[in-house]
Amino acid sequence: MSSDDEFMSDQLSDDQYEDDDYSLGELEEDDDRYLDDVKDEKPSKKAYEVDYKVHSDEQIRAAQQIQIEEVSSILGLPGEQCAILLRFFKWQKDRLIEKYMDTPDEVLEDAGLGPGYEAPAVLEKLKGFSCEICCDDERGLETYAMKCGHRYCADCYRQYIESKIKDEGEASRIECPSEGCSRIVGSKTIDLLVPSEINHRYRELLNRTYVDDKPNLRWCPAPNCEYVVDCAIRPTQLHSIVPTVQCSCSHQFCFGCGYADHLPCPCLLVKKWLKKCEDDSETANWISANTKECPKCVSTIEKNGGCNHMTCRKCKHEFCWVCMGPWQEHGTSWYNCNRFEEKSGSEARDQQAKSRASLERYLHYYNRYDNHDHSAKLDKDLYVKTEKKMTTLQSSSGLSWIEVQYLEAASKVLQQCRQTLKWTYAFAFYLERNNLTYIFEDNQKDLEMAVETLSSLFEMPTDQLANAKKEMMDRTAYVNSRRIILLEDTAKVLAEENWKFTVDLKQ
Amino acid sequence: MAQAAKRITREYTEIEANPPQGITIQPIDEDMFKWNIEITGPKESIYAGGTFKLLLTLPTNYPFKPPVLSFQTKIYHPNVTNDDKGSMCLGILRSDQWKPSCKILAVLEMARGLLMEPNPDDAVETSIAEQYKNDKAAFEKTAKAWVKQYAK
Ligand SMILES: [Zn+2]
Ligand SMILES: [Zn+2]
Ligand SMILES: [Zn+2]
Ligand SMILES: [Zn+2]
Repeated sequence: MSSDDEFMSDQLSDDQYEDDDYSLGELEEDDDRYLDDVKDEKPSKKAYEVDYKVHSDEQIRAAQQIQIEEVSSILGLPGEQCAILLRFFKWQKDRLIEKYMDTPDEVLEDAGLGPGYEAPAVLEKLKGFSCEICCDDERGLETYAMKCGHRYCADCYRQYIESKIKDEGEASRIECPSEGCSRIVGSKTIDLLVPSEINHRYRELLNRTYVDDKPNLRWCPAPNCEYVVDCAIRPTQLHSIVPTVQCSCSHQFCFGCGYADHLPCPCLLVKKWLKKCEDDSETANWISANTKECPKCVSTIEKNGGCNHMTCRKCKHEFCWVCMGPWQEHGTSWYNCNRFEEKSGSEARDQQAKSRASLERYLHYYNRYDNHDHSAKLDKDLYVKTEKKMTTLQSSSGLSWIEVQYLEAASKVLQQCRQTLKWTYAFAFYLERNNLTYIFEDNQKDLEMAVETLSSLFEMPTDQLANAKKEMMDRTAYVNSRRIILLEDTAKVLAEENWKFTVDLKQ
Repeated sequence: MAQAAKRITREYTEIEANPPQGITIQPIDEDMFKWNIEITGPKESIYAGGTFKLLLTLPTNYPFKPPVLSFQTKIYHPNVTNDDKGSMCLGILRSDQWKPSCKILAVLEMARGLLMEPNPDDAVETSIAEQYKNDKAAFEKTAKAWVKQYAK
């Protein structure tokens, strides 16, 4: 689980949204040639869906170039200087132009482009020079200074810049090495001093700052993925929507916080929940154990699939892995494995009883949250095993490859639904009880039961599985529809700000 | 490394030639990458009368990375961690603010300056900073008691 800091690390601060002159990037309709990846808007958008586009690395570079050229033609300054100015103004083009029109000298000075900036960058050898950084005073020492005149030996200058780029990931805001001098080291200096592989990294980082500076853009957090998602949702809207997007690399994540798909739970609750789980991990550890005892005969039972419908090998007792209650109850209308029964007030009179009750309540939700997380992995393992067996079966029975694809589809839906279910428990933990809660819990229960049924199909012997294609596909479609209903209902109430939570979502 | 040593030796000589007020330095061994520091509490400050031992550690790629400074003597201060490390992390001690032209002397003087006047807006101990801002009397009482207990 990621730490708190990591979680919101690239969250942009609110004050950056004050001037609201951003469009969806500067990639507007007339720039269609850069937008071949735009997702077509689906005819009927669901309440939990948001509009977004996915851009490639090259498109992001091109978008920057367009703006640089535009500003360059308006201000009559060379492209390189406009790039520095735009980065300095965090790509708020209109603000830059306005300010530059007012006080050009001041703007140039502030961005480190003061008088004499245009001169080419060169190394010089000076008589009697001593480098203040390394204290070297050898004759013939190569030295470098920007226009501010703070001169150091070329080696020290280079080492300084390299450590900024390599160790600190800095690019657009590297200052002169001299204390108190805020002149920005520009790409001319970089080109002169650093080796090409570090220069390459520098360009990459510059490209990154563009995305980091734009509130409508976010890098796909999947490892090594270079796509950027463009979405208009702002942090101030996160109490009423969970902006979930899917990158071209197929990774699904939340545009609001960057965390993996956490529908239907709002970002703030996700953050709080993860923090709580981290703080309480010791208390909760015992329940994520992989073995439990049969509630009837007390023999040890190991869970190996994702399905929570357990049958004791010894006494054949059927029970639910999550609540340990008899399974029969789960098939009927009084299934309430998902619902936490609040103890009556009289039972929780003293402080100790209260804190025990609150721990029990937390464990109820955590147990189920953790279980779906775990079950999703088990489901996946089981699918991988099943697929292997099916392949063997295929070659012996002559079934074609395409005919087992329904298994993969089922497995994917299963994992996605477990992911959703997992977050419904974090959601429910922060929910205050009222009429809406019951609707939520009913939706949760329906999805959960559908998921368990589909999950149990995977535990069928392989030869039977081959004949269960129709049932599997029907179940898959049904599970999917339950997920959509749950997300749709939850998102509607969230958009109307009608959920009552125990924490304030607008903090 | 050799480069760093040259620079460190130069700085040491400079400080020795012109010792700052209330600060003594003592490199621990020959390679000079660790120094014992003693700072006396400034007369006009609440830390007056105390002597604080600090440890200065210079990174191998000094001066491209900042020195690390920590209090070995326990001190009640918003900018020093209230644990057995006594770490400090503000101003030029932070790698994003440190410049290779900064000097050890400036770091030491900053530390002594913080005894004169803590910086609650850049605190590592937020509760101490709150107290410093809102209940100065209580802050001073504890700080002085700690001076008596640990820094004499
Ligand atoms: Zn040098
Ligand atoms: Zn300078
Ligand atoms: Zn991606
Ligand atoms: Zn989120």
